[in-house]
Amino acid sequence: MITALLVMTGIALVLGAVLGFASIKFKVEGDPLVEKIDAILPQTQCGQCGFPGCRPYATAIADGEAEINQCPPGGEEGIRKLADLLGREFKPLSEEHGVEKPKSVAVIDEATCIGCTLCIQACPVDAIVGAAKQLHTIVAAECTGCELCLAPCPVDCITMEAITETVDTWKWRYPVVEIKAA
Amino acid sequence: MLRKLFKFHGGVKPQTNKTQSTTAAIAAVPLPDRLVIPLHQAVGGHPRPLVQPGEHVLKGQRIGGADGNLSSAVHASTSGIVRDVAQAVMPHTSGLTTLSVIIEPDGEDRWCELEKVNYRSTPPDELRDFLRDAGVVGLGGAVFPSYAKLKPGKEGKLKTLVINGAECEPFITCDDMLMRERASDMLKGIVAMRYMLQAEEVLIGIEDNKPEAVASVQAAIRASGETGIEAVAIPTRYPAGGAKQLIRVLTGIEVPHGRRSTDFGVQCFNVGTAFSIFEALEHGRPLISRLVTVAGNVTAPRNYDVLIGTPMDHLVRLAGPRPDTDRYIMGGPMMGVRMPGFDVPVVKATNCVLVGSPALFPAPPPEMPCIRCGECAKACPADLAPFEMYWFSRSKNFGKAQEYHLFDCIECGCCSFVCPSHIPLVDYFRFSKSEIWSREREKESSDGARDRFEFKNFRQEREKQEKAEKLAAKAAATREKVATEGAATPAAADGEAAPKPKPSATDAKRALIEAAMEKARQQKAQVAPKNTDHLAPDVEADIAAIDARRNAAPARAADTPDA
Ligand code: SF4
Ligand code: SF4
Ligand code: SF4
Ligand code: SF4
Repeated sequence: MITALLVMTGIALVLGAVLGFASIKFKVEGDPLVEKIDAILPQTQCGQCGFPGCRPYATAIADGEAEINQCPPGGEEGIRKLADLLGREFKPLSEEHGVEKPKSVAVIDEATCIGCTLCIQACPVDAIVGAAKQLHTIVAAECTGCELCLAPCPVDCITMEAITETVDTWKWRYPVVEIKAA
Repeated sequence: MLRKLFKFHGGVKPQTNKTQSTTAAIAAVPLPDRLVIPLHQAVGGHPRPLVQPGEHVLKGQRIGGADGNLSSAVHASTSGIVRDVAQAVMPHTSGLTTLSVIIEPDGEDRWCELEKVNYRSTPPDELRDFLRDAGVVGLGGAVFPSYAKLKPGKEGKLKTLVINGAECEPFITCDDMLMRERASDMLKGIVAMRYMLQAEEVLIGIEDNKPEAVASVQAAIRASGETGIEAVAIPTRYPAGGAKQLIRVLTGIEVPHGRRSTDFGVQCFNVGTAFSIFEALEHGRPLISRLVTVAGNVTAPRNYDVLIGTPMDHLVRLAGPRPDTDRYIMGGPMMGVRMPGFDVPVVKATNCVLVGSPALFPAPPPEMPCIRCGECAKACPADLAPFEMYWFSRSKNFGKAQEYHLFDCIECGCCSFVCPSHIPLVDYFRFSKSEIWSREREKESSDGARDRFEFKNFRQEREKQEKAEKLAAKAAATREKVATEGAATPAAADGEAAPKPKPSATDAKRALIEAAMEKARQQKAQVAPKNTDHLAPDVEADIAAIDARRNAAPARAADTPDA
């Protein structure tokens, strides 16, 4: 009787330990659906969707609290991908959230910049370098084109410039050939 | 001694059109008025310009320095004045511009001081740097920097060095003429490469429609007395000159999808590359010219030794273009690409300027639906299923296209050539590949943005927390102080009837606040921002200008009503 009890307690302890260990070891990081949605969003972090960044918007979509057509930088293609992923109906970009624009980067006019650091604080992706009272510069490769730095600048020295195509980024066009009816 | 040859899958036999341009010897080209030398001519990083407008340069002087770990230098092709370092249209289908050095020749064609090396006594690393700075790149069309390929594999030696003289593309004969006229120099280059790669054997593959070239190379090998080098005539079948196809024919090794030939102890170089390695090592001459076939809609097709940067129309004029010429194609009819204009420069990748006209290359008949006949798969030398890749490329289902090994497609054009429905399959594959590359670039940058965004949030959170902790600690300290002083006051006023501890506590608090404010004021006076200490004079000047602007700014803000 005692041995039976001891054996059972022993088994219970071992299994409990295994389960406890497994729950730590194989813990699912975050919500996998949110991850998948976030992977589709363009990470511009501009907030045009009405949420403070792409991830909060992804969470809201996953919770069914937001529509899939609120992200202008992602554009139509992004909406299509979200619709595919979530099995929802495709709908055109919601106008109240903005329009799809060509990809741009911000440029600081260094002759006007007063080194106030306001834009640095506004940039969500740390793409602006500079220190108080010194010229600020935007690292073009890291700028997502979110435009959040435009409004805070007291001397309006930041402008958006569309990214031009170079040989390295040039793409072969989709072949346009007339198709003869079979 | 007959070597056993192998067959590669697929392939086609288009009309070769090669005899027209091999009747005359290689000719020189008179100096043009202007040379436009793009700095980015090879696979890898963009070389940085080393000259200024107005500077005088000598022939062979380096004008673009290799940048990054895969890059190749660029040189002045003749002596003259640098007129400009500016954007110029490059020989690329897109018609986009690239940073180029524009040289006005002075007519003297004077070499700069040339430095040669003895490859046997130079350490391999230095030798590779030398070839990088000599601008030697693959001249078969891929323009991959040669120094990066001249490394023996993990085992320290190579089994087979394959030299590609197949030249399978119709119309092009520059490698043929090189082998006919310059075989012994080319062979010296091959011997140097064999030494660098520690290769056991060297096989030079030449299509059997070039008997003169085969004979010339074989004679050169005999004359040199070298052993272990063999020139092999291989059956003429397009694209026998594809690296993987040539390796298959000569060695029987089938390089699987997604693997490299070096994994199997084989490396492949073009005959033109071997010649330019000879020039660099033996004479110290960097790669400033190459052989170019001018063929197609011209009265006298021929091969020319052309300076890099020569405008194509200057070159074509020598061969007598017919009046109905409407386009230049760089490369051959199978893999060549249409040029955006007639005056684009000859670059290191230009093996042929194919002059086109509507009569010679009529517009393809309209595309018809794919009937899944499988002809394309039978013809594909890379053993792919072009109709599947076409289907997925057409519907922009790129992931699926990649599953069918899209990136093993060598864009040889065999599939388009045989397709009974006249589908421009290669155009679809090029489209798909560049879309996939662009998506990968986008994904990389958005992943970076996500990381930086998350880090910024984390940093702000942490700063907030640290601030809160500091405040809490301070508040606790203050409370303690107030409590002890508050306790002291009632003790001192013990004799009085009704001591009110509250007002005295308030007094103490007020005193504390005042002390704190005073301290803050002092601190503010003392501490100037650290980044304005010990600066260079120009930065000081910058700051002074910024201060001036900053002082002017509020006035401006007051002017604008909405600010
Ligand atoms: S609108 Fe801006 S913040 Fe919102 S998901 Fe799109 S890119 Fe991200
Ligand atoms: S620099 Fe301006 S536009 Fe670019 S990411 Fe930062 S805030 Fe957005
Ligand atoms: S050859 Fe043309 S029609 Fe035939 S399967 Fe291939 S793509 Fe389709
Ligand atoms: S172009 Fe690509 S798919 Fe077509 S035959 Fe050549 S390798 Fe095969």
